Amino acid sequence: MKSVIKNETAYSRRRFIKNLGGGVVVVFCLGEMSFSSLFAQDGQPIEELDFNAYLRVKEDGRVDCFTGKIEMGQGIITSLAQIVAEELEVSIYDVDMIMGDTELCPYDAGTWGSLTTRFTDPVLRAAAAEAREVLLDLAAEHFGLNKTSLQVIEGVISVKNDSSKKIAYAELTKGKKIVRSLTKKPELKKAKDFKLIGKPIRSLDAEAKVTGKAKYSADIILPGMVYATIVRPEVFGSKKVKVEASKLSDFAGVQLIEKGNLVAVVHTDPEVSKRAANSIQVTWEAPVAKANQETIFQYLEDTIQDNKVFEKEGSLSFGKEVSTIYREATYQDGYKAHASIETHVATCYFEGDKVTIWASTQSPFGTRASVAKALEMPLEKVHVKQIFLGGGFGGKSNSQQSVEAATIAKLCGKPVQLVWSRKEEFMYDNFRTAAVVKVAGGTDNNGKLKVWDFNIYCAGTRGTELFYAIPNKRIRSFNQGGVHQFGTGAWRAPGNNTTTFARESHIDVMAHAAGINPLDFRLNNLQNKEMIETLRLAAQTFGYDKEKKPGHGYGIALGQDAGTLVAMIAEVFVEKATGKVQPLRIVCAQDMGQVVNPHGAILQTEGGITMGIGYALYEEIEFNGGEMKTTNFNRYEITRFSKTPKIECVFIDKMDAKPQGGGEPAIICVGAAIANAVFDACGARVYRMPITSERILAALK
Amino acid sequence: MKQINFTLNGKPISLELHGQESLLTIIRTYLEQTGTKYGCGIGECGACTVLIDKEPVRSCMTLAEDIEGKEIISIEGLSVDGELHPIQEAFISHDALQCGFCTSGMIMNAYGFLLQNPNPSREKIVFGMESNLCRCGAYNRIVDAIETAGKEMPKNVKL
Repeated sequence: MKSVIKNETAYSRRRFIKNLGGGVVVVFCLGEMSFSSLFAQDGQPIEELDFNAYLRVKEDGRVDCFTGKIEMGQGIITSLAQIVAEELEVSIYDVDMIMGDTELCPYDAGTWGSLTTRFTDPVLRAAAAEAREVLLDLAAEHFGLNKTSLQVIEGVISVKNDSSKKIAYAELTKGKKIVRSLTKKPELKKAKDFKLIGKPIRSLDAEAKVTGKAKYSADIILPGMVYATIVRPEVFGSKKVKVEASKLSDFAGVQLIEKGNLVAVVHTDPEVSKRAANSIQVTWEAPVAKANQETIFQYLEDTIQDNKVFEKEGSLSFGKEVSTIYREATYQDGYKAHASIETHVATCYFEGDKVTIWASTQSPFGTRASVAKALEMPLEKVHVKQIFLGGGFGGKSNSQQSVEAATIAKLCGKPVQLVWSRKEEFMYDNFRTAAVVKVAGGTDNNGKLKVWDFNIYCAGTRGTELFYAIPNKRIRSFNQGGVHQFGTGAWRAPGNNTTTFARESHIDVMAHAAGINPLDFRLNNLQNKEMIETLRLAAQTFGYDKEKKPGHGYGIALGQDAGTLVAMIAEVFVEKATGKVQPLRIVCAQDMGQVVNPHGAILQTEGGITMGIGYALYEEIEFNGGEMKTTNFNRYEITRFSKTPKIECVFIDKMDAKPQGGGEPAIICVGAAIANAVFDACGARVYRMPITSERILAALK
Repeated sequence: MKQINFTLNGKPISLELHGQESLLTIIRTYLEQTGTKYGCGIGECGACTVLIDKEPVRSCMTLAEDIEGKEIISIEGLSVDGELHPIQEAFISHDALQCGFCTSGMIMNAYGFLLQNPNPSREKIVFGMESNLCRCGAYNRIVDAIETAGKEMPKNVKL
């Protein structure tokens, strides 16, 4: 990992040193992403450092914060500015976020995994604190006083007992070029001194977004640009056999582009480009279908033999022997699309042998590498620019559309815009994988869990470490390359939505079998104190002991993701005659360490829960082999206004702790919380997501 | 090809068109007003919503031949001289957005809805906004924002 990063950073490092302007600049290194390793490179010259983000206090006193991360709605354009402003003692409105530009920003692998707040925050805080110290040193020199006699307020340094003596950052940095690297741990502010961290800050990019001024990749219009339409097969993974394009002569100005399997047309008018592409007949050779959305689960179980033991303790057979209640079940979860409202887009142009790209990507540096590799160009000949993303959720981690756009631009010799249609999006998304979890659990007469056997097919082990005390347990992960018939990949808390659904559904099954209410059953079996506290907070906020109306049900789910503990309780109404579910209320308690921007954290939690209702109740890709039957939103129902419950988010107060993940954790509990609430409401235990009306009615029969 | 005349955000426009072009392409590509977004192309998501003669429509499903003589308003036409419209203000104050990609369509649909339904109840707002999709999950805040704007708009209706 380390050596990969070194290669990737070599170029941006050279460029950074070369382009360094005036002001005070702080560089710092991310190393292998642990905070302590940041400072392990003492004494190394800057040229040798692998820095991973930096900031600059400019000569006008404004602050540039450079990060390879991107903004896709998760709000780090606000929260990163917030922590820089906090340590640097400037107004948050004086911080400019420069994000994801591969020539201005230092290397970053990608914006995913709820990593930003956990790993970028501490580094940026340290850099900002260091910059503050540099500025205080300069001011101390200016006044001929000791640093301790100075104070900073809103970017102005003044003498503590003589406020007439003051100097602004802008004056201090004028005409100077000072570079500092972090070689020792700077003094960070304590929670009690925070002015901004922990305070709710509204999104700084909201005005740009409500006026339509915020630019996304398809909003870049270049002189002489053509719009590309790619002719796609109906079946994923098809090979091109023959192209019949004689009707293209009907479309003046259209250009046909062919390279390997890629068949595309370009035209200055996107409408003509689309019609021209439709006139082309391509004969494809399609792979043979192996499974559809109904048979996929058995297919996965039958096909995958390889497994790895993730966690094992005690003896399963002994655990089963001492259990008086023993239950086995198989949980299933279909493929899900990311379904960002913005599809994959890339706009690009060549200038000589260099390409500049605006792309909807969660990994600008990954896009740079992919394009460079595909077009056999050096890294420094590919420049990915900063741009807003219209949602990501893990789905914009690959660079296919950028490679396609750059390839077409090179071949046609014009600036190109490629906007995937929604149908293309449903073909080339890297879907959340279909998965199976086979679970067996047993309890003794007191409702104490004695045995747990958890076998995961395809969903991985993220978040599956048991926080319940169970003496005999085994968690295994079954997986195999090439088992899926189209692309799969990370989907907001990868795998954890599925495994949390299976675990927390089965805990509920065990609780009901033992005749103990699901809250007490969990409290009785939990070993993690923080989780107990988080669950109690959720139960108290929800009012779990309140009487339910007829047809209403409560459902609990617990989970852990990205360092955050989640306890969720849902209330639903189920219409027994039709199996229709109405989510009414969700309470989500989280232990997420220090909450940098409580407002932003609430937005992310609400968003995750709202999105989660979709996978719990409606979302399922229909397909036969690589042929997608789901091609647009008319056949892929996501959460709507009327299905969004009342949502309440509460966080454990831990301002002095390290911050943990916020973008993903909440969503993992939605499936099980809804499933358990549906059971509570009507007695239907549904073992397969989405929990559709048909499946509820079938379970009631 | 024929001449098609209409106004966009109060400005008279005259274009040589076949008639089968979508209004979305006209606005975004021919007129370079990119605040209106493409999301699905079949009228299912609402990201492309604009107003035609004060009614919210899906611009991706509206053909050039059907806009002759019409008055079209897109997100760019909502704030006047840099002053935000009460709906835009309410979306900011309630932080009723995340990635922002559905936001133009949400605001335009809300505008058309509020013109017909001054000071609506939450239930009515949900019903009126139901066919606009937001993947980030800002729905509850969007309802809050429209409720707030609904109280402001009667005092301050522009068009």
